[in-house]
Amino acid sequence: MNWPVLSVVTFLPLLGALLIMLMVRCNGELAKGTARWVAMWTTLVTFAISLVMVQRFDASSAEFQFAEKHDWLGVASYHMGVDGISLPFVILTTALMPICILASWTSIQKRVKEYMIAFLVLETLMIGTFSALDLVLFYLFFEGGLIPMFLIIGVWGGQRRVYASFKFFLYTLAGSVLMLLAIMAMYWEAGTTDIPALLKHGFPVGLQTWAWLAFFASFAVKMPMWPVHTWLPDAHVEAPTAGSVILAAILLKMGGYGFLRFSLPMFPVASHDFTPLVYTMSVVAIIYTSLVALMQEDVKKLIAYSSVAHMGFVTMGIFAATTQGVSGAVFQMISHGIVSGALFLCVGVVYDRMHTREIAFYGGLVTRMPLYAMIFLVFTLANVGLPGTSGFVGEFLSLIGTFKTNIPVASLATIGVILSAAYALWLYRKMIFGTLKPALEGIRDIGLREAVIFAPLVILTILFGVAPKPVLDMSATSIAQLLDGYNKAIGVKTATTQSAPVTALEARIIPVSVAR
Amino acid sequence: MNPMTDMQSLIPILPELVLACGAMLLLMLGVYAGEGASRFVNGLCILLLVAVGACVVLLPGGRAVLFGGSFVVDDFARFLKLLMLTGSAGTLILSLDYLTSEKLQKFEFGVLVLLATLGMMLLISASDLIALYLGLELMSLPLYVIAASNRDNARSTEAGLKYFVLGALSSGMLLYGASLIYGFTGTVNFTGIAAATKGGASIGLIFGLVFLFAGFCFKVSAVPFHMWTPDVYEGAPTPVTAFFAAAPKVAGIAIFVRATVVAFPGITHSWQQIVVFVALASMVLGAFAAIGQKNIKRLMAYSSIGHMGFALVGLAAGTAEGVQGVLVYMSIYVVMTLATFACIISMRRDGVAVETISDLAGLARTKPAMAFFFAMLLFSLAGIPPLAGFFAKFYVFLAAIKAGLYVLAVVGVLASVIGAYYYLLIIKVMYFDEPARPFDSMPFLLRLVLGVGGILNIVFFVYPAPLLGAATVAAKSLF
Repeated sequence: MNWPVLSVVTFLPLLGALLIMLMVRCNGELAKGTARWVAMWTTLVTFAISLVMVQRFDASSAEFQFAEKHDWLGVASYHMGVDGISLPFVILTTALMPICILASWTSIQKRVKEYMIAFLVLETLMIGTFSALDLVLFYLFFEGGLIPMFLIIGVWGGQRRVYASFKFFLYTLAGSVLMLLAIMAMYWEAGTTDIPALLKHGFPVGLQTWAWLAFFASFAVKMPMWPVHTWLPDAHVEAPTAGSVILAAILLKMGGYGFLRFSLPMFPVASHDFTPLVYTMSVVAIIYTSLVALMQEDVKKLIAYSSVAHMGFVTMGIFAATTQGVSGAVFQMISHGIVSGALFLCVGVVYDRMHTREIAFYGGLVTRMPLYAMIFLVFTLANVGLPGTSGFVGEFLSLIGTFKTNIPVASLATIGVILSAAYALWLYRKMIFGTLKPALEGIRDIGLREAVIFAPLVILTILFGVAPKPVLDMSATSIAQLLDGYNKAIGVKTATTQSAPVTALEARIIPVSVAR
Repeated sequence: MNPMTDMQSLIPILPELVLACGAMLLLMLGVYAGEGASRFVNGLCILLLVAVGACVVLLPGGRAVLFGGSFVVDDFARFLKLLMLTGSAGTLILSLDYLTSEKLQKFEFGVLVLLATLGMMLLISASDLIALYLGLELMSLPLYVIAASNRDNARSTEAGLKYFVLGALSSGMLLYGASLIYGFTGTVNFTGIAAATKGGASIGLIFGLVFLFAGFCFKVSAVPFHMWTPDVYEGAPTPVTAFFAAAPKVAGIAIFVRATVVAFPGITHSWQQIVVFVALASMVLGAFAAIGQKNIKRLMAYSSIGHMGFALVGLAAGTAEGVQGVLVYMSIYVVMTLATFACIISMRRDGVAVETISDLAGLARTKPAMAFFFAMLLFSLAGIPPLAGFFAKFYVFLAAIKAGLYVLAVVGVLASVIGAYYYLLIIKVMYFDEPARPFDSMPFLLRLVLGVGGILNIVFFVYPAPLLGAATVAAKSLF
C-alpha cells in the first residue's frame, strides 16, 4: 500500500472541479443537479480517504507522515506531509466540505456549476495549505485560496458583496506579500525552503525579528487579530452561508496553523520577544470584540465578532508556549471550526426562510421550530464554552496554559468568557424566546436535509466536549516536540511540568469539568 | 581568405539573414499580388517568423561573435530572440481577423512587423554601441509607421506622430549618451567598455550612462519616460498595441540587461541606484495610475509600465539570479500579454470594436469560457499564485532579496497589492455585474491564442522546469 494518499486527498477535489467543468455544459435543472451530485460525491470520497490517513497515522511519532517529495521549482520542491498539528485541520476541512455542499443544495440557485467548482478548488487549496512541507508550496496554496473565496463572496454574496470581497482580497494579500519576502530571505539564509529542514535551522536573531514580523503580518490578518480584523465581519455578512462556514471554520485557522508551524518553531527568540505584543492584541480582541458583538443588529456580524474573540484565545494560548496553552489552542481551533461553522449554518436556516439576518426581525422561534431551537442551543452553549461541549476544553486549556506564564493576561481573558456568555445568550433569547413575531407564523422547522447537516456537528460538539482525548492525543507528540525546540532555543530549562504528557493533563481536566 | 569559410562564419547570423531576405521577398510579393492578397501575405509573414524561430533553435549552440565583436549570439540572445519571435508571431496571428474586419488589411503591415522584428533581433544580439543604435532604429521606424497605420483615424495618427517625435528625442538622448561613453572610454565595444570601467567611472561616463538609460527607459516605457505609452496604446489599432506591449518590450529589456551587465559590471553600484529608482517609480506609478482608467487599452498601458518596473527589479539585483528572474518575467509577461490582448481584440459588438471596461459587464454569463480565461489572466497579471504571473514576480524578488534590496522589494510587493486592485475591478465587472449585450463570437485564431496562452498561464506551476532551466542557462551566458 504505497499510494500517495495525501496527494490524492489534496487533488481529488480539483479533479472533481475539472469533471464538473468539462461535463456540465448547459445551465438547466439537470445540469445543476449533476454539478451538485458530482461535488457531493467528490467531497464524500475525499473525506473517506482522509479517514484512511487518520487510521494509518502514528500519533506517537512527531515526524511528518505520508511524506511525498518531488522536484518542482529549482528553489522549492513539491514536499507534502502531515504531523499531529496539521492532520486535525486536514480532517476538519474534508469533513466540513460535504456539509457545505449539502448546505448550499437549495439556497444556491444561480450559477450552480461555477459555485461547486469554486468550492472544490478551494478545498484542494485548503488541504494543500495544511499539508505543504515547503514554504513556497505553502504560500502557493495559502494565497491561491483567495481566488475562489473572492469569487464566492463576490458572485453569490449579499448586498455589499463587492465591497466585502475586495476588502477580503486586498487585506489578505497585503499581509501575505510581506511573508513572501520573508520566505525569500529565509531561503537565502538557509539555502532551502523545505519546512522540516528549516525547523532544524537556527536563524540569526536579527532575521528572526524581521521574518517574524512579516509572517505575523500575514497570519494576524488571516486569523484575524485585532486591529486588522475589520475585513472579517464584512466578508462574513456578505458571503453565502457555506462561504461563511468555510471562512470561519477553516480559512481563519490557517493563521493559527501558521503561527504553530512557522512563527513559534522557526523564530522562537522573536516569538518570545514579541509575546507581550501578541498578548495585548489577544486580550484586546477578546474583550473589545466581545463588547462589539453585544451591539450588533445582524446575526452573522455578531457571530463574526465572536469568532474574532475566540481567535484571541487561540493566539494567546499559542504564544503562552506551554503544553496546555498550545494544545488548548489547537483544540479551540478545531472546536471553533465545528461550532462557528454550525452557528453560521443555523443562521443560514432562518435566512433561507425569511431572507433577513436582522436580529430584531426574529423572536419566539421556539414555538414554531423546536428542533431548530434545540440545535441552536447546543451550539450557543458550545460557543459560550459550557463544560461538556467542545468549546469548553479549548478555552479552558488555553486559559490555564496562559495562567502559568502570565496571570494578568489570563485573568483579563477570562472576562471574555463572561462576555461571550452575555452576547451569545442575549442573541439566543432575542431570536428563540419571547413572543412569536407575526411575520414568522408560517416558518417551518428544519427538514431532513438540514437535520442531516446538523447531526454530525451536534454529535462532534458534545463528543469532543466529553472526550477530547482523540484530538489531544493526535497532536500531543508534535506539540511536545515543538515546545521542546522552542524552550531550548530561548534557553529556558524545560520544567518537568511543562512537558507533562497530555494524557496526564487529560486526567486532570475531566474531573474539573465533572465537578462543575 | 577562402570564401567558403567566410560564408561559414556567417552561419550564426542565419536567422537574421532569413528574416531580412524573407521580408524583402514578401514585400515584392505584396506589391505584385496587389491588395487582394494582403491577408495571404500577412499569413506568410507568420510562417516566416516560425521558420526564423526554427533557425534560432536548430543552429548549433554556444557563443559566437561576429563583425569584430559587434554582434554576439549566445544563450541569452537565443532565449530572448525566441521569446520576441513568439511575441511578433502571436500579434500577427491576433491581427489577421482584426485587420480584415476593420478594413485595414494591408500587406505592408506584416512586412513592417517583420522589419521591426529584424531590428529587434539585431538589438538583442548587439554587443557594441553602434550595433545597438542600428538595431534600435531599425526596430523603431517600422513601429512609428504601424502605430499610425489606421491613417483615417485621428487617434491612430496622433499616436504615430507622438510616438515618432518622442521616440526621436529618446534616440537622440541615447546617441548623446553613447557618444559620451565612447569619449570617456575610447571604445564602443561592450567588453572594451567593461575593461575601461573596471576601476570605477568618471563623472562624464556616468553622465553618458544616464543618457543611455534614458533611451532604454523610453523603449521599455519605464517611468519617468513612460508618457507616450498610454496615448500610443490607446490610439494605435489594438493588434498594434498588443505588438508594442509584447515584442519591443522584450528587445528593450534585452539590450538594457546586456548593456548594463556586460558593459558596466565594474560600476554596478552606480547604475544600480538608477535602475532601482526606475523600477520603483514604474511599479508605483503603474499601480496607482491604472486605477482610474476606463479604457482597457489605456489600463493595459499602465499595467505594462508596472510590469516593466517589476522586470527591472531583477536587473537592479545585477546578479545572474536577477537576470534569470528578468528572463522568466519577460517570458511569462509575453504569454500573458498576448492572451490578454486576444480577449481585448475580441471585444466587438455588432462588428464594432468596443474598449471600455464597462463593456465587459457580465461576461461570465454571456461568454463563460472567455471570462474564465480572462479572469485567470488578470489574477496572473496581479501575481496571485498558483498562476504563472506569481512565479514571474517570485524570481525577480528572490534575486532582489539576495542582493539586499529590501526597500525595493517591500515597496514592490506593496505596489503589486495596489495593482491587484485594478485587475480585480475588471474581474468584478465580468463576474459580479449584470450582463451587458453579448459580444460577437470570437474568431478561431483569437480562441487559439487565448486558449494556448490561458492554459499555459494556469498550468505553468505543474511543470515549470523547462522555462526555468532555459532561463538559468541563458542568464549564465552573460556572466
